[in-house]
Amino acid sequence: MDWRDQGILLSSRRHGESAAIIEVFTREHGRHAGVVRGGASRKIAPILQPGAQLDVTWRARLEDHIGSYTVEPLRSRAAAALSDRQALAGLNAVTALLLFALPEREGHPVLYARSEALLDLLGDQDLWPLAYLQWELALLEEAGFGLDLSTCAVLGHGANDLSYVSPRSGRAVSRAGAGDWADRLLPLPPCLMGHGPAPDHEIAEGLRTTGHFLREHLAPAMGNKPLPEARQRFVDAFARRSAQG
Amino acid sequence: MSANREIEALIDMMARLPGLGPRSARRAVLHLIRKRSLLMTPLAELMRQVAASARECLNCGNIGTGDICEICASDKRANGMICVVEDVADLWAMERSGVFKGRYHVLGGTLSALDQVGPEQLRIPRLVDRVDSEGVTEVILALNATVDGQTTAHYIADQLEGRVTLTSLAQGVPIGGELDYLDDGTITAALNARRKV
Repeated sequence: MDWRDQGILLSSRRHGESAAIIEVFTREHGRHAGVVRGGASRKIAPILQPGAQLDVTWRARLEDHIGSYTVEPLRSRAAAALSDRQALAGLNAVTALLLFALPEREGHPVLYARSEALLDLLGDQDLWPLAYLQWELALLEEAGFGLDLSTCAVLGHGANDLSYVSPRSGRAVSRAGAGDWADRLLPLPPCLMGHGPAPDHEIAEGLRTTGHFLREHLAPAMGNKPLPEARQRFVDAFARRSAQG
Repeated sequence: MSANREIEALIDMMARLPGLGPRSARRAVLHLIRKRSLLMTPLAELMRQVAASARECLNCGNIGTGDICEICASDKRANGMICVVEDVADLWAMERSGVFKGRYHVLGGTLSALDQVGPEQLRIPRLVDRVDSEGVTEVILALNATVDGQTTAHYIADQLEGRVTLTSLAQGVPIGGELDYLDDGTITAALNARRKV
């Protein structure tokens, strides 16, 4: 069995003295693990940094074997991120959430395209936070917990001041529809619906909302594993940057 | 190829060492047996002594033969600088260069979501204590230029921000390195850290 694909390196861990086991989010084959012979060597280890764009060829005798990869580097994203605290936190959050949420060997070409585009924006401090927020929405959608932000869950199409999200159903709620329940609902900033210039405080509100669904809906479906800490570190780093102006 | 049980057991144990496989372990054991008085007996004695006395320094995490390692015990090394490294092998590498004259702090790993290593599994709280108690003026973050290494460096920088001067090792072209053989990331880092000549 063999195939060739492009992918984003999600993780690499040493296997024995000279090999590494990597997990790659590939375009056609989804999250897929394999052994890289010599992956711990001085020549190959620098290539196998999370976020790297790789051209991979996977081979195994049987399909359910872990198999082995040969890798060719296409783009290294870690180098640009290492000295930038915010970018590095973002890179860690994306790779950790993909490892957390994606089932093995199941293609998600739409999410793959979104992830690749997001990681290519790494280091662009103006565009990255909003792009990341939109990517978390796409991740929830792909995992089956997408938010419905089209109409008010209470008043239907008549309401045009959508301001909240129901923490249970993930549906938008208008200000009028929320009534006395407003303080129990999650914020729905315009940037979450793709409107407006997306100032930092709106993005922070959006991350609070997506964070709720990642933590309370996605994580229990993953066997009640805790959400990766890398996501919270990114949110903290973003909050610190916002506070510094 | 046959040897008695004790020798086979020794070969099996040696083969577990890094860099050795069954064949090289067999050669090493054969060599030791041939040089019994010159190598094997003194080696066995030293191994027995080190096994009994080796321990982690309570202050910095270095490996020594006492509760406090020689570096931490030396007043000459108390120059207000602490170099933070990932593990003892990195400390030994720094000491080989002989350039750094301060003290060290060994974290014992890096933050890693994959291996579920959080700040509490590393010696970061102890580092914060040392900065306060040892009159430290500069902390050098000598962590690996990897995603995990630099994530840890940024985390430590956040913990120590405003208390002390924080620096990190430069990244770029190694001594004797040829540009043609460098990866893109190293060239990018070197170009970003260029300096006037």
